[in-house]
Amino acid sequence: MNFEATQRPDPGVPLTGDATEADLATVTRNTSVYVYEAPVRLWHWINAAAILVLCVTGYLIGSPLPSVDMGEATHQFLFGYIRFAHFAAAMIMTVGFFGRIYWAFVGNSHSRQLFRLPIWNRRWWSEVVDEAKWYAFLKKRPKKYVGHNPLAQIAMFFFMTLGMSFMILTGFAIYAEAEGYGSLLDQVFGPLRDLVGGSHVMHQLHHLGMWAIVVFVMIHIYAAIREDIMSRQSMVSTIISGTRTFKDDDPT
Amino acid sequence: MAEIETFYDVMRRQGITRRSFMKYCALTASALGLGPAFVPKIANAMETKPRTPVIWVHGLECTCCSESFIRSAHPLAKDVVLSMISLDYDDTLMAAAGHAAEAAMKDTIEKYKGNYILAVEGNPPLNEDGMFCISGGKPFVEKLKYAAKDAKAIISWGACASYGCVQAAKPNPTQATPVHKVITDKPIIKVPGCPPIAEVMTGVITYMLTFDRLPELDRQGRPAMFYGQRIHDKCYRRPHFDAGQFVEEWDDEGARKGYCLYKMGCKGPTTYNACSTVRWNDGVSFPIQSGHGCIGCSEDGFWDQGTFYDRVTDLNQFGVKKNADQIGLAAAGVVGGGIALHAAVSALKSAQSKAQKSPSKTNEEA
Repeated sequence: MNFEATQRPDPGVPLTGDATEADLATVTRNTSVYVYEAPVRLWHWINAAAILVLCVTGYLIGSPLPSVDMGEATHQFLFGYIRFAHFAAAMIMTVGFFGRIYWAFVGNSHSRQLFRLPIWNRRWWSEVVDEAKWYAFLKKRPKKYVGHNPLAQIAMFFFMTLGMSFMILTGFAIYAEAEGYGSLLDQVFGPLRDLVGGSHVMHQLHHLGMWAIVVFVMIHIYAAIREDIMSRQSMVSTIISGTRTFKDDDPT
Repeated sequence: MAEIETFYDVMRRQGITRRSFMKYCALTASALGLGPAFVPKIANAMETKPRTPVIWVHGLECTCCSESFIRSAHPLAKDVVLSMISLDYDDTLMAAAGHAAEAAMKDTIEKYKGNYILAVEGNPPLNEDGMFCISGGKPFVEKLKYAAKDAKAIISWGACASYGCVQAAKPNPTQATPVHKVITDKPIIKVPGCPPIAEVMTGVITYMLTFDRLPELDRQGRPAMFYGQRIHDKCYRRPHFDAGQFVEEWDDEGARKGYCLYKMGCKGPTTYNACSTVRWNDGVSFPIQSGHGCIGCSEDGFWDQGTFYDRVTDLNQFGVKKNADQIGLAAAGVVGGGIALHAAVSALKSAQSKAQKSPSKTNEEA
């Protein structure tokens, strides 16, 4: 390929900064696509913050901090505030999740990836294998994806779409207990407690769900940073700016 | 049923004055959480209604329900047994024994077909054709089915009859089975607890007599007025919970000051019962007031939900002897280790390919 002859910058224009001619040649070959619209990005970060708060406070609700003895119980509400933070973050996460579902209907096609796996699509499955090979160091370079890669999509679907639904349902089934028998929340979510075998079992399941989310967060952050460095497209900046940039113009 | 005396008749015959009778009605109304307007209703019911015949049978159980029942203070168990109901058969409490006792049961069933209440304490084991519990020379399950056939309603006393309790705990060798899974065609009212609170037991009976219907039941079939809230919701130590003041050891300063027993595994937050309001032994105390956490005895399968002394308990329902934190930390540890290893290999691989690429870089680009 000989780009120099046709796409060489005008010799009269000085190079900016420390850019070399080779840099400029690369820049002309880079492409970018707008993937994550503003509501998706906003949801991502609000959700991330809510999950952080929920995991920390949730763990502390299961295993409280050592007793605090600042004064009489009347003047102290520490555990109450921890629970309040948990409930508040849960409400924000729930509303956000519904907002995200709404956006899947009105947003661009990438906004729907989170909610459905194209399991009838043969090519998608071959790309699942492809991506697995890339993670198993069996391939020299990964394919390029505009939205999520198939493995990421699987992880998102199970841990976020299903996982968060599970946490919202079990969480509200527990929250409804404080609302009392016969309350609206209890009528909607209470039967779930009977289904799993009671309030205590429900608490344990909710607690286990937290760890599933923690495991997802670990994998998610690692994969995003690794792909940002090693794959052929941007990752971390994409969820900030919404734009996916590609590092080469090789389409395959 | 005309030959059965009304409650009032029986009470007067026992020398109870009308004044005492009205007092009793007022006490019962408040014990049931009813307003003063219900006092005359209760009095009227007592004066006009014949006593309801009750058959009380015992399966696999420890008799703690009976022990609790006879300690009821409002109303007194003696009033219930002697005045309110006509306890025609109860093999533990009745004077008759042997064939005479069994005949009494047969008589009652035939005489009051469809009108008597069957109270079941304990549950039937179904394994080996029910041979693990023989009552009156027959497997208890047969006696239960026989007595239930013509009953108006069934009361499942205690955790045994309601959920199975300890004899139904895993692996449940006798296949002890709660009443509602054996008798499926009768209204069943569950009064769980190990044992249930005395006043709850007598309160349920009084309600059924006064209004001639079952009290409002929750989704699980328990009287909502007694099982609608958790111990935690009305616990007098709740302010310490919200403040974050917990007992950390059984003999620490927090225990002496009466702090919340949450960290000692109290099951109050997951247990539906009236202990923290009605309390026990004429309102003297209840477990948390005595310094021990609630063990959740009125909840389904409470023997199979791990230790009484942890909040985050082992997940026995999955057959693993680990709690959510242990499973979660192990998973996070494995994944974390995997990530570190994967990152290291990734870095090595990328360094390797860079090293390979660099000599031929100019050629590739040309």
